[in-house]
Amino acid sequence: MSGTFMGMPGMPGMPGMPERSDRPDAPELPATPALPDFPAFPDAARQAVGDPVLRANLRRATHTIRDKRARAVAELADWDRLRAAGKAIKDHTLRHLDRYLVQLEEAVTAAGGTVHWAADADEANRIVTGLVLATGHREVVKVKSMATQEIGLNEALEAAGIAAYETDLAELIVQLGHDRPSHILVPAIHRNRAEIREIFAAEMGRRGRPAPEGLGDDPRELAEAARLHLREKFLRAKVAVSGANFMVAETGTMVVFESEGNGRMCLTLPETLISVVGIEKVVPTFRDLEVFLQTLPRSSTAERMNPYTTMWTGLGPSRGADDDGPSAFHLVLLDNGRTDTLADEVGRQALRCIRCSACLNVCPVYERAGGHAYGSVYPGPIGAVLSPQLRGTGSAIDASLPYASTLCGACYEVCPVAIDIPEVLVHLRERVAQGGPVTREGIRVRIRPARGHTAERAAMRAARLLLDRPGALRAGERLLARARRLRPRRLPGPGRAWTDSRELPQLPAQSFRDWWARERGDRA
Amino acid sequence: MSSRDRVLGRIRRATAGYGAAPEPAVPRDYLRVHGVRTPAGTADLLAAHLAEYRARVHRTDGDGIAALLARLLAERGARTVLVPPGLPPYWLAEARATRVEDRPGSDPYELDAVDSVVTGCALAIAETGTIVLDAGPGQGRRRITLIPDHHVCVVRVPDQVVDSVPQALPLLDPARPLTWISGPSATSDIELDRVEGVHGPRTLEVVLLAGRAQ
Ligand code: SF4
Repeated sequence: MSGTFMGMPGMPGMPGMPERSDRPDAPELPATPALPDFPAFPDAARQAVGDPVLRANLRRATHTIRDKRARAVAELADWDRLRAAGKAIKDHTLRHLDRYLVQLEEAVTAAGGTVHWAADADEANRIVTGLVLATGHREVVKVKSMATQEIGLNEALEAAGIAAYETDLAELIVQLGHDRPSHILVPAIHRNRAEIREIFAAEMGRRGRPAPEGLGDDPRELAEAARLHLREKFLRAKVAVSGANFMVAETGTMVVFESEGNGRMCLTLPETLISVVGIEKVVPTFRDLEVFLQTLPRSSTAERMNPYTTMWTGLGPSRGADDDGPSAFHLVLLDNGRTDTLADEVGRQALRCIRCSACLNVCPVYERAGGHAYGSVYPGPIGAVLSPQLRGTGSAIDASLPYASTLCGACYEVCPVAIDIPEVLVHLRERVAQGGPVTREGIRVRIRPARGHTAERAAMRAARLLLDRPGALRAGERLLARARRLRPRRLPGPGRAWTDSRELPQLPAQSFRDWWARERGDRA
Repeated sequence: MSSRDRVLGRIRRATAGYGAAPEPAVPRDYLRVHGVRTPAGTADLLAAHLAEYRARVHRTDGDGIAALLARLLAERGARTVLVPPGLPPYWLAEARATRVEDRPGSDPYELDAVDSVVTGCALAIAETGTIVLDAGPGQGRRRITLIPDHHVCVVRVPDQVVDSVPQALPLLDPARPLTWISGPSATSDIELDRVEGVHGPRTLEVVLLAGRAQ
């Protein structure tokens, strides 16, 4: 069994490392493989906080999207009911996930597709690499897919001599810039137009059609350069790799939301289509899409509907004979830590996530720290609860992520599937600090409390980062202080909606500020 | 053990704790439609929402469609126009552009050389400003509305227009390939400036055709 790879390496010897369970027959898990260092959240965040260009880009972007989103959501009088329905559909699906995945497999197979199951990243990479090699082609076009980033597919393909081309404009910017994505929805949000011009002018020619002579930095010109550069790849591509936003168990239908048309290019022009999709993306019925078709675009890009949505079922009614779309379709169902997350009664709600990114744009910590600080393809509040569950809390970054929050509750407020991110954060803090039973790679183990002061140190460093920027903390900390006094009654003011619909999470005995004062006092 | 069995086994162990605890039903009390409109009001809303996404919206009837389509193609300077099987021939009766038949086997490079494409649709959704294609008669394969830079889509008003997403889904067949289009291709990836037309058509024109199908 291999460790879960999520686009960044882990570190051994950190809090939360599994130890022998209290069950005598429980096997000891192998340590997270020793890989090069990756800084914990606070260290990575500090770099971002010190970069004024990055901070300005982020701030403008998150505020713009946030305001537009609020207007798009306000247009639907039944938003709360759609949100409750979305939550309930996802919860129901998770509870019967085995049944719906088997149903999905039957439906996709009946429509001429082939279904593969991958327990971890290595297996998924082996399956996809093998499928591509079997076509005899050595290049693939890719439509933005977080699942394939999570498993490091591009690197695996490259190691097998296969060139993978990202086709989403932002992903292209990231790939040509030898960079990592920093946002779920707008992965190159940390780059401004001048930087993008530089990257295109320097790098496009090395991967295909060069940028036009004298390329300027107007977004229109830059988009045109990307169009020309990628069109030659789309027209000749024989193999494509995609993710999917939803899979319908009842019909075997796959659904991809996008804006640019690169998704449509990848999903319809090549001969072979390989979709790598997390097992949690299934929904029971075609009708269930009516909820997410309304909530996802509004929550994500703040539009009534995104420009393009593609739905396909296997090879179509004629099974590809009419040449409308690929003549071979493979679906790779990916676990890679999802079933371990499902085993956690508090944490499993993170699997409801539909990756809209609304929680990133309202998060005061994300706004300052930037996406890279989270050390995974899933940044922001959802990354802070998803990554330590998918990967375990064995690395410095994963042990510190549950502390990368002020618990202000804004992420829960905006989440279209009502994931109680603060509740999961508090739960994961307890796990880091106190240890306890968890499931890793399907096996129940007990993790130790963080050794020595490691957990406290992770939390402390996160606290210092937040406290050194009073603005980042104020809202959340005020809420916490009140909550401590009032618990378990309802919160006043902005906290009211937060407590209306659920129990407050167990709060730490001390606030960050108290803790910080004590620690700083000790040192002084 | 196969990975399929391994993953399904992990899921069953992970969900065993649910036991026989009663399960709440999915609440379906959200609205089927947002607001009360006449058919004309629904068509107006569709037009307004399409225009907001910078699609160009035109209105005509059976007597005017041939002249309108001829004009739209001429304004664009289109020398060639893709025609899917099943498109009513009279729609393009006055167009000067050379017709290119959509046929299986035509490769993407051929489609890339065509200036415009004219199609019908399966239905349109007013509340979201969306047209849906399902590869039915008059729509052709998915690729023909993707590669040419200019797409003219004809929607019959009122019989092809619904108000809302919940009204649309029961009318669609998930076995068919479905393409939902809301305005032209667009990106906001560069400093959140919206730019129309990255890979899909940069210009989307929607013709609202009054009168029922013959
Ligand atoms: S956690 Fe909720 S708000 Fe955040 S990306 Fe997922 S669905 Fe969207």
